[in-house]
Amino acid sequence: MSNQAGSQPPQTKNRSTVSSWRASYRRYRREHTWLGWGIPLAIVVLAFSYPWWGLEGPLAFIFNDGLGIDNDTLFNMSIYVMLALGLNVVVGYAGLLDLGYVAFFALGAYTLGWFGSGLFEQRDIHFLDTNAARLPGIHLSFWVVVLLAGAVCAFAGVLIGWPTLRLRGDYLAIVTLGFGEIIPDVFRNGDDIGGFDLTNGVRGVTQLDRPGFGQTISDASGGILPVRYTSLELRPWYFTVLAMMLITVFVNLRLRDSKMGRAWIAVREDEVAASAMGVPLMRTKLWAYAIGAIFGGFAGAIYGSFINGIFPTSFSFQISVIVLVMVIVGGMGNIWGVIAGAMLISWLNFRGLDKIGERIGSIPGVSDDFSIAKYKFGIFGALLVLMMLFRPEGLIPSSRRKAEFAEGEGTATLYDVRT
Amino acid sequence: MADSNGATKNILEAIQVRKEFGGLIAVNDVDFVIPRGSIVSLIGPNGAGKTTFFNILTGVYKPTAGGVIFDGTPISGMPPHLVTALGMARTFQNIRLFHNMTALENVLVAMHSRIKGGIWRSIIRTPALKREEEGARDRARELLAFSGLPGRADAYAKNLPYGDQRRLEVARALASGPELLLLDEPTAGMNPEETASFTEFVAKLRAEHDITVLLIEHDMRVVMGISDRVTVLDYGEKIAEGAPKEVQHDERVIEAYLGSAATT
Repeated sequence: MSNQAGSQPPQTKNRSTVSSWRASYRRYRREHTWLGWGIPLAIVVLAFSYPWWGLEGPLAFIFNDGLGIDNDTLFNMSIYVMLALGLNVVVGYAGLLDLGYVAFFALGAYTLGWFGSGLFEQRDIHFLDTNAARLPGIHLSFWVVVLLAGAVCAFAGVLIGWPTLRLRGDYLAIVTLGFGEIIPDVFRNGDDIGGFDLTNGVRGVTQLDRPGFGQTISDASGGILPVRYTSLELRPWYFTVLAMMLITVFVNLRLRDSKMGRAWIAVREDEVAASAMGVPLMRTKLWAYAIGAIFGGFAGAIYGSFINGIFPTSFSFQISVIVLVMVIVGGMGNIWGVIAGAMLISWLNFRGLDKIGERIGSIPGVSDDFSIAKYKFGIFGALLVLMMLFRPEGLIPSSRRKAEFAEGEGTATLYDVRT
Repeated sequence: MADSNGATKNILEAIQVRKEFGGLIAVNDVDFVIPRGSIVSLIGPNGAGKTTFFNILTGVYKPTAGGVIFDGTPISGMPPHLVTALGMARTFQNIRLFHNMTALENVLVAMHSRIKGGIWRSIIRTPALKREEEGARDRARELLAFSGLPGRADAYAKNLPYGDQRRLEVARALASGPELLLLDEPTAGMNPEETASFTEFVAKLRAEHDITVLLIEHDMRVVMGISDRVTVLDYGEKIAEGAPKEVQHDERVIEAYLGSAATT
């Protein structure tokens, strides 16, 4: 190993130390196969037990107080991890730059508005909903609505993708950018579609149905599964998003190693060659788009329910950008990288910057109302630029991605060749 | 045309194929057939319309007039992936591998139309899917070994030496299960030894895998040794066709293309 490090140019020496750690870790892992499932299992257990060791208990002073990861933040972070994992399929695997991912998040939330609230109050349709009283409107079971949100988003993804996925690179990015802007506008102006109120316009949809298991299942589980989630007890919300997140990770992993996953990467690498090798371009891209959309829809539905209000203004372009930044900073195409990136950025976004600002504010001589959160987007921008300069492959890159950035001379820029 | 097995005698027929780009006639009413089981070469000087013609044969371009029939199916204007599914595979003049995929993955991608996969089955990973994947991997390793790349399965395509990249392109094309393999200037950039071993490899392909081969070349030496038939294009027109010997002595060919080579 030392041999190898010595033959590298000096500026990469640091990195090769890290990669030699990684190599020895890999070797260790090969010899101890239980690590393959042991480590993920430990992480899952840690994540599920966070309310007991992070929110309260021995480590609460670091996590809850110091880092500010409270119930709300935890929920938001999990939502963004899900969004980032969904976008990872589109951007990380298939290489389709999507700047309008928020559209699916919004559509998922509005699907809950349509099928799980009093928005259509003249209707009276109920299916296994867990509301205490029989409310006017359409109220389907929350779990059915989540699946519907996925289906609606997949359908929308295919509908939007059909004409646009023929475009390449920059053009696709611009069209998706437009799409991300149009969808919230449609919701904003959707209160009078030929006299029909589809979205309640700027007033948004409130009083949304909450997840729950109903009296029968709750009783059968001895009260562990709540009848209906409340805004006082936040743990079930967190566990639910975590479970949805696990499904997302699972699907991400399985698809990555499938025929479809290979086709996505092939299309990203070289469309012409991929199609000559029998890969149907449109179908392959549409699948990536639709699967990404499904996870956006899932996340939107539970987010809407948790916030208990869906407004066109909640789904701004900034969300698309921030989710994209998570994917890039974490390491496109690598699930663990994307999760780490999403946790880091969403923590900074929701609490981290405030907490850092508080810390700086408490230093004697610094003004009390020093607010670092005001410079949020400046900081994210700087972070992105720094990442691109010093670690373009992301925090935890996939081995493929790493190889991509360790290219031969043929693809080096003039600057690289000269130094 | 069909014999008793229902298979056509000619695996590919191009009838009066014409391609115009604006005012330029790139391919001018060319008739062309590839008999099943043969090695046929298409030659011509640079700019003769070889690659345009090749792209028409593979369905990438739709001809302005005329049509191409592969194994009894008209394929003009058909999307490339469907043509591949019918049993036609190609390599590229300037190597177009999936550079950031391993050699094995490159080969697996080409099996796309031969394996079922399926989104749901992949997510659940049914036993049938597992068997299918393992089968595909074994077959891919076999193909890599057959193409002279044993033990290189896990190397990234871009890290392979040039000659091996060419071999990987062929292995990848073979993985799509072709009856007809089209090689676009496969020996470009190879040294004489590499060229010789590649020529042997092509002969082995036909002998062991029953694959019909169309070779596009401008290196005459490659073509003359292994071809059953040679077709010569010049300025988009077919100027000669026949056994290598005949073509070699055809005056129009010598004039258009072999001129300097024949006299030296």
